[in-house]
Amino acid sequence: MLKYIIKRLIFGIATIFVVSTLTFFLMQQVPGGPFAADKSISKAAQKALEVKYGLDKPITVQYLNYFKNALHGDFGISIKQRGRDVAQIISSKFPVSARVGGISIILSLLVGVPLGSVAALNRGKILDRLIIVFATLGIAVPSFVICTILMYILGVKLELLPTYGLTSPLHYIMPVLALSFYPTAYIARQMRSSMLDVLGQDYMRTARAKGLSENVILFKHALRNAILPIVTYMGPLVAYTLVGSFVVEKIFTIPGLGGEFVSSVINQDYTVIMGTTIFLASLIIVMNVLVDIAYTVIDPRIKLK
Amino acid sequence: MKKRFILVTLALAGAIALSGCGGGSKSAKKVSGKILTIEMGPEVESIDPALNTTNDGANYLTYLFDNLLRTDKDGKVVPSLAQKYEVSDDGLTWTFHLRDGLKWSDGSDFTANDFVYSWQRMVDPDVAAPYAETVLGMVEGYDEAIGKPDENGNQTTTPDITKLRVEAPDDKTFVVHMSHPTPYFDKLATFPALSPVKKDVVEAKPDGWTLDPKTYISTGPFKLAEWKSGSYLMLEKNENYWNKDAVKLDGIKCLLMGDQNAAFSAYEAGDALMIKDIPTQEITTLQKRPDYRLDPQIGTYFIDLNNTLDEFKDAKVRQALSLALDRKYISETITAGTYTPAKGFVPAGVVDWDGSSWYDHLTDPSVYINVDDYQGNLAKAKELLKEAGHENGAGLPTIVYSTNDQSYHKKIAEYLQQVWGELGVKVEVNIVEWKSFTPQRRSGNYQAARDGWVMDYNDPSNILQLTSTGNGNNSSKYSNPEYDALLEKAANEADPQTRFGYFHQAEEMLMRDMGVTPLLYYNEMYLQSDKIKDSYHTTDGIWHFEYADIAE
Repeated sequence: MLKYIIKRLIFGIATIFVVSTLTFFLMQQVPGGPFAADKSISKAAQKALEVKYGLDKPITVQYLNYFKNALHGDFGISIKQRGRDVAQIISSKFPVSARVGGISIILSLLVGVPLGSVAALNRGKILDRLIIVFATLGIAVPSFVICTILMYILGVKLELLPTYGLTSPLHYIMPVLALSFYPTAYIARQMRSSMLDVLGQDYMRTARAKGLSENVILFKHALRNAILPIVTYMGPLVAYTLVGSFVVEKIFTIPGLGGEFVSSVINQDYTVIMGTTIFLASLIIVMNVLVDIAYTVIDPRIKLK
Repeated sequence: MKKRFILVTLALAGAIALSGCGGGSKSAKKVSGKILTIEMGPEVESIDPALNTTNDGANYLTYLFDNLLRTDKDGKVVPSLAQKYEVSDDGLTWTFHLRDGLKWSDGSDFTANDFVYSWQRMVDPDVAAPYAETVLGMVEGYDEAIGKPDENGNQTTTPDITKLRVEAPDDKTFVVHMSHPTPYFDKLATFPALSPVKKDVVEAKPDGWTLDPKTYISTGPFKLAEWKSGSYLMLEKNENYWNKDAVKLDGIKCLLMGDQNAAFSAYEAGDALMIKDIPTQEITTLQKRPDYRLDPQIGTYFIDLNNTLDEFKDAKVRQALSLALDRKYISETITAGTYTPAKGFVPAGVVDWDGSSWYDHLTDPSVYINVDDYQGNLAKAKELLKEAGHENGAGLPTIVYSTNDQSYHKKIAEYLQQVWGELGVKVEVNIVEWKSFTPQRRSGNYQAARDGWVMDYNDPSNILQLTSTGNGNNSSKYSNPEYDALLEKAANEADPQTRFGYFHQAEEMLMRDMGVTPLLYYNEMYLQSDKIKDSYHTTDGIWHFEYADIAE
């Protein structure tokens, strides 16, 4: 298995290299550039800025410089947020997003898995229908709508919860709810269909024939097999949720990485775009390896080579 | 068993990773007492006076720094760090006399040399301050200081910032030498970009000194207590400020939001007492409330008709297209009263040489747009189009009107489509992404386009130079040697009244030629609770909260 992991990590590094190279050249193709402003600044000022950030050099030179520095762990300084370096931006903003994201992943698992299972076990009954309605809503309603509704009811009308920032546990409630709505719904749906699939398998009949108790059948045999698709989904879900959601962070004024991601693209802050992209790509690769390992634990039939 | 062990380890590792993300925030100094919470925009790019380019940043800098001069509630320029100043008869030498006993926020002494350092730093190409030319371009030695750049911005000599003729003959006197008379320099001296910064902290950390309250030493009514990136800026009263007795607040908390709905929720929940970002779709309802404020801004929303194209070469065509627009309708119906109809290119809030309104001094009012007589204008428009040989639009191509899709731009574009269509001129609307829009417009690669200009300071030269030949922001490509000559004369004129006379002639010439098509004047909309006392808003876009108070 160790060999497998090493192989995956080598492929991972190659992937990161390709992703970052593509990003580097594509972002420079977008018209405007980081110094494009409402009002044109003088040629001399424009030039001075380009020299300061090394953008006056040919793009291939910039590319080589960037990777030379990146390999030494230097991801450069932000062009727009003067004085902040990229590593510092990521290391100060990621924990904020990761905390909100981590809690909402746990919440969506704790709610989504039982919900889907219950729906499958009560197939066609009223309870199943209700859960399907919830799950469809959760997938169809965009998060900004959920945020706005939560904010309006809990924050503005009832004044139960604070509307911005993350300074107390109470502050977490709305962003976590908003962030976990979609994954909860998705997990519930996925869980329902894979549970139905598993319940119809031959080995379930065998288990029942052996006279195992219903609890053992459900928790040991059914759930364990039905949860595999959820584990697959966890890889990208965890990576994307931990780095934060632009919408949720913007609406609840959370100083997280999600906002940084989008605003760096809008501002064409090249170094921040590169830094956040490489960071997310690495996170996704690591999560996928972890998911693969988790497979072998859950399903002994799967062997990693 | 082994597998269960791996699973548990994985789960534990995850939990530790997550919990490890907790805590960590450095214990920031708590500011207590009377704190005003406001919202003016998202995360601020920089609070280095030399590097800021945004309006929200300019506001924070107004609270954090003091300047030679300040703007009072009547819009008049009044002494601040400088107790008084005089200008030589030729208008070339400005001498500022600083107050006694000025201190930095850390308690150290402040001298005129701090101004010399700060202004020379401002023009340093290594600092690359975007507004350097706007605020210091007229100072003698500016070109040598930046290395005499050629047309492409490449230096031809080694930059020497000490060539910038700003001097401190003694600790309390600061002298500025101009290369040409700059009667509006008193207004520039209120500009946050020209605030003095402290040499030792800046040189110790040229890029990072603004990030840490310990190194963020300022001179203003407030000092920095905490900057929580993406959340808020906390300012606390500066006990070393010369006028601290007039400062009634203990702190100002500037929420870094930018999202209109978030800001509005914070305001409605009573968490913020003033917000600048208000939801556009709520404006018609909010207008009825007493806390909705609308203040004039010195800016003009206008249309560029590319003057280099055959279809727009004839001034009559440009006149006709302009007269066909019902500015009152656009203002009242399309923009829900948030913009004011424009009569001319210079915004209504601009003051003339004697402090009265620019529009009280017109010599030929007939060339300006009479916004109250739309039917008359429309008839004239049809007449002019006929005279130009384009009756009912005959011989004119389809006009592609480019705009970005923000606020009311698209609705206005649709309006143009309709009214110009009624004249027989077909219009196609081309929505362009913002980042591509401005470069495209500046390069003249368009037919007709939305444009706008918010003035940097209250002097007509700042907007009239937009239509001078070769100006980097001249998107309409209007080019008239007589117009350029008038601006040149004004630039070398020391007498304020004569100088403004040239500006009036220039604008009238521009209006006769309809080099650009002025449409509306900008206003600033915001919500402000009546609990805030003694605050004021000036046309340069600054909300003066430094001497404000909160009623219980």
